[in-house]
Amino acid sequence: MGVLLRRNIIIIFMSVELMLNSVNLLFTAFSAYSSNPAGQIFVFFVMVVAAAEIAIGLAIVIMIHRNTKTVDVNEWSKLKG
Amino acid sequence: MNTAFILAVAILCPLAGFLVNFLFGNKMPKGLVSIVGCGSILVALVMNIILFANALNGPETITYFNWIHAGSFSVDFSFLIDRLSVLMLLIITGVGFLIHLYSVGYMHDDDAYFRYFAYLNLFVFFMQMLVMGANYLIAFIGWEGVGLCSYLLIGFWYKNTGYNNAAKKAFIMNRIGDLGFLIGIFWIFNQFGSINYKEVFAGAQGFIINNNYNDTVIIFITVLLFVGAIGKSAQIPLYTWLPDAMAGPTPVSALIHAATMVTAGIYVIVRSHVLYSLSPFTQDIIAIVGITTAFFAATIGLAQNDIKKVLAYSTVSQLGYMFVALGVGAYGSGMFHLMTHAFFKALLFLCAGSVIHAMGGEQDMRVMGGLRKKLPITFITMLTGTLAISGIPPFAGFFSKDEILAKAYEHNPILWVVGLITAVITAVYMFRMLFLTFYGNFRGDAHQESHLHESPSTMTIPLMVLAVLSLIGGFVGIPEVFGGKHILNDYFAPIFSDIATVPHTGTALSHSMEFILMAISVGLVLIAIYFASRMFIKKTAEGMDEEPKGFAKLLANKYYVDEIYDAIIVKPADWFSGFIYRFLELDFIDGIVNGVGRATTYSGKTIRKLQTGHIGFYLFAMTICIVILILINNFFIS
Repeated sequence: MGVLLRRNIIIIFMSVELMLNSVNLLFTAFSAYSSNPAGQIFVFFVMVVAAAEIAIGLAIVIMIHRNTKTVDVNEWSKLKG
Repeated sequence: MNTAFILAVAILCPLAGFLVNFLFGNKMPKGLVSIVGCGSILVALVMNIILFANALNGPETITYFNWIHAGSFSVDFSFLIDRLSVLMLLIITGVGFLIHLYSVGYMHDDDAYFRYFAYLNLFVFFMQMLVMGANYLIAFIGWEGVGLCSYLLIGFWYKNTGYNNAAKKAFIMNRIGDLGFLIGIFWIFNQFGSINYKEVFAGAQGFIINNNYNDTVIIFITVLLFVGAIGKSAQIPLYTWLPDAMAGPTPVSALIHAATMVTAGIYVIVRSHVLYSLSPFTQDIIAIVGITTAFFAATIGLAQNDIKKVLAYSTVSQLGYMFVALGVGAYGSGMFHLMTHAFFKALLFLCAGSVIHAMGGEQDMRVMGGLRKKLPITFITMLTGTLAISGIPPFAGFFSKDEILAKAYEHNPILWVVGLITAVITAVYMFRMLFLTFYGNFRGDAHQESHLHESPSTMTIPLMVLAVLSLIGGFVGIPEVFGGKHILNDYFAPIFSDIATVPHTGTALSHSMEFILMAISVGLVLIAIYFASRMFIKKTAEGMDEEPKGFAKLLANKYYVDEIYDAIIVKPADWFSGFIYRFLELDFIDGIVNGVGRATTYSGKTIRKLQTGHIGFYLFAMTICIVILILINNFFIS
């Protein structure tokens, strides 16, 4: 819900990270439950990808913020068709 | 030096000359260009003389490498040196060298001097390929190559649209024939499993042994090859390109459109004589086409006023004679006439070139006249050529033409009668040309008269050499009537020995009969010359320009053949192209192309409304879609 309703891009990012972490938690829990290490290994991959994603995403946000002086996603509608 | 090396030098020299002149010629002085141009041909000529000496010991096939190898189809890059091909080679490089030499004088103040020599060398290269190739494919390379050079040289003065059109006409008309030739080659491969002369003719021997004449396949092959020959050698119905080809520089007309290239058709048929001997039906076609062309072109020649056009039609006519010889199975006589014709027609063209040179580019005989005193060497040499072509003994044309006429009489007296009439007409129009040009009073303006001069020695020496050849060229084929020895027949005997078992139609002429025929033709020709002299010597400027009437008008307009072709082929083709352009091109193809563009624009216009720019909306849409995908995955697929 945070992703869909909030207008601050930083909050949206935080929500996305929370979703990812919750998924990670589920992975590890079920992996421990079914004693299958594959789920835990998968978590590492998810973390790596999430780190990369947040790095690029924040970089983009900084660049846009320098130009528009805002982090409100509804203000960023210059690219509409 | 082995034969392979000599042959390679003979072929590659003109090619090297072409490359040097074409690539570096514009930076070289004219003298150097001439040396490269003429020198390469001279080297080739010397090599060919050595080859000639070798070939007397028997034929030789020289293979350089295997060129194409695919399945059962195999073509070697090989050349055949036998008595037939070396004789052609000597004519090509011999006459070719003289014409190169002549061109040095004729073209001396042309801007594109180097380009001219480059093309001329390239032509000689391709012509040698055509003649020497040991299979039909190599011959076809040369065949196409000479067509290309012919195109380049007819359109040499490319700034003139009319000349360009003449070049295109020549090229396109040749293509029609080339297609026939190509299909003929395919069919030969299909029938004999090879396109090497040696294997094809060995296969054809089987037909001779089985007495299998007029086999349908052989008829088709020979007719298709003959279609190629019709195109290249300017016979009815594809002859109209040759008179137009006179747009090129005069030495080019002499070399390509009189002495060498147009005889390629004759050469290919003589080379394939085994196949033709198997198909008397095709031979009849050839004889009929030949004699019709000979007669037809000769009558047109009567009414032409352009000195080169007269010679062009006489070339067509003489080629017709050669085809008659081939049609009646007298291949040796055909080659004999080819050789003498190369001498005297090259001579006549070069003389005409000398006259045009003196007249400052004027080609209309109506404004010439009385040039005898100003151009004595040209006059004497041209007189020699004219006597030779008219068949006056002892000039070269007499022996070769009467041999053909005698052979034609053996086959069918009607051929002889038409041939004789043609010979008489030939004498009339040739002497008409001679008298209009060299006798009477000068009919041009004063400026042209003051410009009149004999050509430089680079031009007159080739004239004299060719005149001597026209005079003595016939002595290699003195008929038995005169107790002479027919050297050329002995020379060709090994070539034509493979068809010795083919039954011969007609009976051999007795000597007295042959003598009577000769006397008739020479007598009639002399009478014709007398009438020509009465009619044309005293022509004055008045009365020359009046519009010809009746039959003369028909002749002057060349039987309207060009107009007829225009009406029945060019116009419908034009109309059809216009139709295709308007309906198929504009409506159909353009419709598809523009429609694709329009559809893209329209759909883009519609879909872009989805791009609202609200990131929240995008995320919302993404979530919804993921939910839908998961639902589909759960309920419909599993």
